[in-house]
Amino acid sequence: MDNVTLSGKNIIGLENFSADEINLVLKTARSMKKIIRGKEKKLPDLKGRAIINLFCENSTRTRTSFELAGKYLGADVVSINAATSSMSKGESLRDTLMTVEAMGVDAIVIRHKAEGSAEYASKIVKPIIINAGDGAHAHPSQGLLDLFTIQQAKGRLAGLKVAIVGDILHSRVARSDIFGLTKMGAKVHLAGPKTLLPRFFDFDGVEVHDNVEDAIKNADVINILRLQLERMQTGLFPTPREYARVFGINEKRLALAKEDVLILHPGPQNKGLEISNDITYCENSAIRDQVQNGVAIRMALLYLTLNGGNS
Amino acid sequence: MKKNIWHIQRAQSSINSTFLIRGGRVIDPANKIDKIADVLIVDGKIAAVEENITFDAQETFDATGKVVTPGLIDMHVHFREPGQEAKEDFESGSRAAVAGGFTTVATMPNTSPVVDNSALVRSMIKRAEDVGLINIKIIGAVTKNQNGQELAELFDMIDAGVVAFSDDGHFDDNAKIFMNALDYLQPTGKIIICHEEETSLVKEGVMNEGKRSAILGLKGRPTVAEDIAVARDALLAEYTGGRVHIAHMSSARSVEIVRDAKKRGVKITAEVTPQHLTMTDDLVDPSDTSTKINPPLRTQKDCDALLEGLKDGTIDAIVTDHSPHAPEEKDREYIYAPSGFPGLETSLGILLTDLYHKNKIDLPTLISKMTYEPAKIFGLDAGNLTIGAPADITIIDTERAWTVDAEKFYTRGSHSPFVGRNLKGRAVATIVHGNLMRLL
Repeated sequence: MDNVTLSGKNIIGLENFSADEINLVLKTARSMKKIIRGKEKKLPDLKGRAIINLFCENSTRTRTSFELAGKYLGADVVSINAATSSMSKGESLRDTLMTVEAMGVDAIVIRHKAEGSAEYASKIVKPIIINAGDGAHAHPSQGLLDLFTIQQAKGRLAGLKVAIVGDILHSRVARSDIFGLTKMGAKVHLAGPKTLLPRFFDFDGVEVHDNVEDAIKNADVINILRLQLERMQTGLFPTPREYARVFGINEKRLALAKEDVLILHPGPQNKGLEISNDITYCENSAIRDQVQNGVAIRMALLYLTLNGGNS
Repeated sequence: MKKNIWHIQRAQSSINSTFLIRGGRVIDPANKIDKIADVLIVDGKIAAVEENITFDAQETFDATGKVVTPGLIDMHVHFREPGQEAKEDFESGSRAAVAGGFTTVATMPNTSPVVDNSALVRSMIKRAEDVGLINIKIIGAVTKNQNGQELAELFDMIDAGVVAFSDDGHFDDNAKIFMNALDYLQPTGKIIICHEEETSLVKEGVMNEGKRSAILGLKGRPTVAEDIAVARDALLAEYTGGRVHIAHMSSARSVEIVRDAKKRGVKITAEVTPQHLTMTDDLVDPSDTSTKINPPLRTQKDCDALLEGLKDGTIDAIVTDHSPHAPEEKDREYIYAPSGFPGLETSLGILLTDLYHKNKIDLPTLISKMTYEPAKIFGLDAGNLTIGAPADITIIDTERAWTVDAEKFYTRGSHSPFVGRNLKGRAVATIVHGNLMRLL
């Protein structure tokens, strides 16, 4: 692993990552987590570097954690909200990117509704591009923080049974988890309404189930995805009530999983819909750890891509 | 800046001219000719197709080692006039056609405004004559403003000279209106060219629904959307006796539906594009919008079925669906980019490289699908080398190696998934009404 490096690389999606590269990020995140928990959170490593957060979609945790991650490492970080930027005046993504590049930034963290927009950005401008979510395609830092959270709790990833429950079809989190987890040797089990599962999803290490119970039976980890309520308007499921009853994760269903099952949720949660309130705060829940680990993972990504070091 | 290397000029009068094409392999499917022969053109018309013609012509072309065919026909292009000239116009589109070996094209009516009345049809025909580089046929809209709700004045447009009707760009959901159009046109024998994708199933989709879309997270346009539409229109054609032509077929199942309908004697014909014959959704890269087309690129199984359908006669014609957009319109996020790419300049090269040179199709069949068969379906005075016919001829060098370079395109469009491809074979001369339009 000594010669593995992410220096100068764009972070687009975990399908392009090797297991060694994932391990490098996880190892680096362990060190970063110690810093977050320490008193002095300002490191000099990215001093003099400039990072732009270009967020063309709403976000709380991802944007804030990228901001803090950059600042903890000593970089100058500026966030652009598309709604109040020139993009709302009709400026194209190309021109916005080129404008930002001309200001001399070293990395652009981009969130955008369009699948492929991060890779598109990487073809247009020279700064390192870090994908903070492109449509339903990928959310690599979320995938990595999920892997990190699981590894910290379970001590390993290989051989684990990980259930992902809910709206897989529209979820960039699900895709990043699936590619990351299968690369690390975990088995992924998917369940949700058939209208929210991709029709053609035959990959090694991934099993699609007809009901939630089969997917979470003896699971080591359950990742509960956020259900977007606008899916109801397009007829993909009938009512929140029925969703909660048939697909929601509650205490009764949870009993099917292993006793020490780890509960993940990328947030924000719809309480009483995909997840019941008692599950959020139960001792198996790692939802708050995910948030802290998110900062550590994003520090690791910025450090590894911008600093040139390998660990 | 684009650097065009070929000189394309407007056709001069061909009266009192003689032109002899010597020694080529003449393939004329309409007359079942495939032999080494000379072609003599007098006053813009075919005068003789014989071996060793001794005639002291004003102009000669040595076609030894090359293939001489009727001028290629493309019954499905978007020249964007009127209203969208930043994408293409009759002039730039005609030049692209000449460069690709096409002498006759038919333009789709989804322009701005839509070509849905006789006044517009007449003005487009006049415009085509003024540009005068190739034969441009006009397709009229089936419904007013292509709204799918009210019939356009179809007989007026026939009298003005349309060659067919189409609401191309989308499917006409209202089955009753579409059936009315078939009934109304039935006595005229005019064809409705149908874009077959059931609207509600493709609403937000930007690529084939399959494993690739599942990986990329892009929303899908499933094959069943096409199959449903093709099945409905085959049934309506059978029921009404009207003529339906299936545009740019892309799904394996829809080939079966058309094959079955033809067996039942339904007046149904079909076309396919080079891209749907040779490319799959595995090539979709969401950071490059050149593969975004409707219907979308499918799978190898579909490509194989389309080729089989082409060879067994289920699919009658090859078209390009030449759909140029301004470069800045295509240079953006995949989901926001308009669908389509310019195909006139790459069609023949792709077909020769990926089908003919790989022994997947023979040359006479390929040429027939681009000349004789579309002319027969649409009743055109083109697509053959019969004595007295207009001398529209394409000379093809099947061995010529070249690389697709958007900088050298004549079309205003730029984003093509074929850019960068190394091809073998292309048109080296295009002759329209006896005028050599192009010489490499």
